[in-house]
Amino acid sequence: MNKRTILSLGASFLSLFAVNSHAAYALNLKTPATEIASQIYGLHMLILWVCVAIFVVVFSLMFYSIVKHRKSVGHKASQFHENHWLEVIWTIIPVIILVGMAYPATKTIIAMKDTSAEEMSIKITGSQWKWAYDYLDQEVKFISTLSTPEDQIQNKAEKGENYLLEVDNPMVVPVGKKIKLLITAQDVIHAWWIPEFGVKQDAIPGFVREIWIKVDKPGVYRGQCAELCGKAHGFMPIVVEAKPEADYQAWIVAQKEAAASADAGSDKEWAQDELITAGKAVYEKNCAVCHGATGAGIPPAFPAMTGSAIVNGPIEGHLDIILNGKNIMPAWKDVLNDVDIAAVIAYERNALGNTVGDSIQPSAVKAAR
Amino acid sequence: MSTTTATHHDDHGHPTGIMRWVASTNHKDIGTLYLWFSFFMFLFAGALALGIRAELFQPGLQFVEPENFNRLTTLHGLIMIFGAIMPAFVGFANWMIPLMIGTSDLAFPRLNNMSFWLMVPAAILLIGSIFVPGGAIAGGWTMYPPLSVQNPSMSVDMSILALHILGVSSIVGSINIITTILNMRAPGMTLMKMPLFVWTWLITAFLLIASMPVLAGALTMLLTDRHFGTSFFDAAGGGDPVLFQHVFWFFGHPEVYIMILPAFGLISTIIPTFARKPLFGYASMVYATAAIALLSFVVWAHHMFTTGMPVAGSLFFMYSTMLISIPTGVKVFNWIATMWRGSMTFETPMLFSIAVVFLFTIGGFSGLVLAILPVDIQLQDTYYVVAHFHYVLFSGAAMSIMGAVYYWLPKWTGHMYDETLGKWHFWLTTIAFNITFFPMHFTGLAGMPRRIPDYALQFAEFNMISSIGAFALGISQLLFLYVVIKCIKGGPKAAANPWEGAEGLEWTVPSPAPFHTFETPPTVK
Amino acid sequence: MSQNTNNYYLPAPSLWPLIASIALFLMAGGFAMQINDITSGNYVLIAGALVFVYLLYGWFKEVIIESISGFYNKQVDTSFRWGMGWFIFSEVMFFAGFFGALFYIRTFALDWMSKSTLVWPNFVATWPTSGPAATEALEAMSPWGLPAINTMILLISGATLTYAHWGLMKNNRKQIIIGLALTIALGAIFLYLQAHEYAEAAFTMDSGIYGSTFYLFTGFHGLHVAMGTIMLAIILYRILKGHFSSHNHFGFEAVAWYWHFVDVVWLFLFVFVYWL
Repeated sequence: MNKRTILSLGASFLSLFAVNSHAAYALNLKTPATEIASQIYGLHMLILWVCVAIFVVVFSLMFYSIVKHRKSVGHKASQFHENHWLEVIWTIIPVIILVGMAYPATKTIIAMKDTSAEEMSIKITGSQWKWAYDYLDQEVKFISTLSTPEDQIQNKAEKGENYLLEVDNPMVVPVGKKIKLLITAQDVIHAWWIPEFGVKQDAIPGFVREIWIKVDKPGVYRGQCAELCGKAHGFMPIVVEAKPEADYQAWIVAQKEAAASADAGSDKEWAQDELITAGKAVYEKNCAVCHGATGAGIPPAFPAMTGSAIVNGPIEGHLDIILNGKNIMPAWKDVLNDVDIAAVIAYERNALGNTVGDSIQPSAVKAAR
Repeated sequence: MSTTTATHHDDHGHPTGIMRWVASTNHKDIGTLYLWFSFFMFLFAGALALGIRAELFQPGLQFVEPENFNRLTTLHGLIMIFGAIMPAFVGFANWMIPLMIGTSDLAFPRLNNMSFWLMVPAAILLIGSIFVPGGAIAGGWTMYPPLSVQNPSMSVDMSILALHILGVSSIVGSINIITTILNMRAPGMTLMKMPLFVWTWLITAFLLIASMPVLAGALTMLLTDRHFGTSFFDAAGGGDPVLFQHVFWFFGHPEVYIMILPAFGLISTIIPTFARKPLFGYASMVYATAAIALLSFVVWAHHMFTTGMPVAGSLFFMYSTMLISIPTGVKVFNWIATMWRGSMTFETPMLFSIAVVFLFTIGGFSGLVLAILPVDIQLQDTYYVVAHFHYVLFSGAAMSIMGAVYYWLPKWTGHMYDETLGKWHFWLTTIAFNITFFPMHFTGLAGMPRRIPDYALQFAEFNMISSIGAFALGISQLLFLYVVIKCIKGGPKAAANPWEGAEGLEWTVPSPAPFHTFETPPTVK
Repeated sequence: MSQNTNNYYLPAPSLWPLIASIALFLMAGGFAMQINDITSGNYVLIAGALVFVYLLYGWFKEVIIESISGFYNKQVDTSFRWGMGWFIFSEVMFFAGFFGALFYIRTFALDWMSKSTLVWPNFVATWPTSGPAATEALEAMSPWGLPAINTMILLISGATLTYAHWGLMKNNRKQIIIGLALTIALGAIFLYLQAHEYAEAAFTMDSGIYGSTFYLFTGFHGLHVAMGTIMLAIILYRILKGHFSSHNHFGFEAVAWYWHFVDVVWLFLFVFVYWL
């Protein structure tokens, strides 16, 4: 057994070097993209090297002692067991080193917490398991969810370059502007984190916490939820695209146009088949994670859709629970538009093993809000 | 100094067979129960960890569904902390404190047995909760609401109640130990003559009595939020989810030191023996231990830097946390000064102790890195933290327990353990441990969050290495089990004091230690 | 070889610890079932409680017999004192956790919540409150009715208990019995008034954070008063049986310490939960 263990240990060391050739792995913090992240990077390097230096000195002494002061080389034990000066010195010196570390850290903390003089604000709401972005000055809002195909996660397809770090709708920000982020959550605690920005903030339901970013250069920055938030905690990434001001303005205009055309959809009369077809996509994107792609759910936490009393009951009750939520079931009224909600209701009532036969128009959803 | 025990016949008889254990009022038997219980929990929770590492061997989902993955991490944490590390230290306290301070038993032998037997229903509730509808608790060992209020499974309630029972067990056990130390020392054993292990346990017991009731309060609020309509952690009713974190970590940070201070005591006992030299700076060791304990009550919010605290709070908790490195540093310096110009030999207990000093210090330094709030912002809830607390809890607490088991096995069993196998166990454990956990510093720095069942591709290499190391680490512990059993069954006869340089009352009684010792207290000069 | 009375008393093997473990297992398991709507949990819970009562009766009986038989020397007595002292300290920390939570909510959380205008546009931090989502006005408990009377009752009960203790020191049996009986009666009146207050209250446990803290804190305190009253009653019974002497009565003192502790907790409750 011992021999085999050693072999496997050796193999693991070898594999470290073997993968070097196509290495995507990193040993250190990501390259900073904001001033704060740069300061953090510098702080970490400073402390790391101070620690390494102390470590090397202290343990050189220990290993020197282990080599020289051993019985097998005939070293006789001396019996000293205290030395007040030594003890005072090795208490004082660390204090001085700590002060040296605390000073720059304090400056960074004060800068991090200064959310004043922002040029724009974005409200970020975490919920199981997606992020909602609301551009407070622009009336642009959207939901951002994981876009990695299920097949890749289940090892049925080749994993892409940004596996688990890609979303359908990234947050877009202009470079060089101080942006205040107002972070909250709907259901449980999440944490919004982009390593390159040096920002990680817990999203706490019922409270709004403020942080700020000012991105130096354009690019795509990827992070993940950093607070355990249930079963799909590992599957709610955050992607931020930083663009030059002009590109950002163009993006804002495009967002507004898309919202306007979606709004127009809710005044249109929809056929039931159209709704069911559209509802399948909405269901799979938003509902299947808990209620199952086939509607089986995960009882007792997440009830089945198939045969559900609510789905098969009066359509008003069905609409109400989707709009306003109940217990674990989140409220979707701020997340989905009228067409989406009408569509998903039609899908749930006429698919997944249910055959109620009715549906509701987006205009009626609008009226019920 | 005389021990009347050598000729003592047990004519006020103690039961044999199963009754010897379930009805025991003997500190040695109860200590043995604690140690075995802890060992089995260690293996069980270790097996759960192998489930985690199997899933993380490669990107993608292979073996474990995401929710089951969360159950594995949660149970692994809870059982290792409350089922393996803490009971192991209580086992040492039971066995060794009466022997070290020269008394016949703990102050309240029946309560002592109750403390142990309360562990069993707690373990049944905790492990049994795996099989209830809705599955085991999955919200992390910290059980943050609203996630843990949201989970409708009965297992959450079972786990909360299990922790309540464990709390009762810990509080009663600590009162017992603290009373024993304060009231039952042999004549002449002043507080500042006590072995350092006894000192660390005195302070640990104080921490337990002060912090476990606070956990009970937090758990009670969680339970009433779940079932009785209260709103402690629900903003809609005027509560705050972060309140739980404050109350939990007010317990949780002392809890961290509860798991490391006795380890310091063990190391401070073993190193002087094999350096053949008295412990350097005994008094400063005592003061450092007390300082760490007191500081542990004012640093809790460093676990919560990312919740977003005002500047003043942030700075206070960062500074107080950084301060802890001073008494901790004093301890490390003292250990090295104890080795300095000694006459060292390197039996298994010494090897483990040196490794603990070396590896724990790595964990201490990564703790200092995490204390710096801006850096913690990047590292909180990443694998860097996982690496940090395994360096302090595995290579600090668990490996000092292993070293101490080898150190006292001769006293417990009357036999010497197999030194060659012991050294194999040491080297396999140490190497496999570092293969498992050192790469996690890198994955954490590079941005891998903890508690995720699947990860982005740039973390793949290091995760694979960690998983290989973890399986080697797990298998190595079976060797430990084998060495211990082999030593119990036989081996060279151990003298009363099998170690050339060992000092202390425990070495004045025969090996194996008789059923009753120090019924007439010895006199300490 | 018989037990040397100069030695620290080491009890013979005992099954009480195992019975304690069974009792707590049944109670915890039954409770977990009960709150998850498994009705058979009630029976398990009751069975556990019965085992628990049997345990307390049997174990304390054994200890009392040992005490009367003179097995406990001075050092054992000191152990009991340390043990009870640390136990009360653990209780202090239990309540300290709750008071800390109340302080945090009132000083910090509500303020931050009122500043979270994106979530709660109209919430103003005040105390008492039932939270930003509350639909009805909260009618808080006034301190100057029953609570003030209850404060007086507990303060007087502390005095009557000390009066009984003086009687015990002087071996004045009548004084002990009167003092203890009065204390027990005051404890019972307190509990009755507290129950009355609960019944009359205009809010419940689910009336937001005010109701939550009010009922949980006063409820746990009431539980402690109930336990204290029962323990005092047992002490009175033991006095009547002549168990204590002027120099050997730690059982009495332990309960007295506990009672004074419960008193002090009430004073904090009165100030921070009812009054301010």
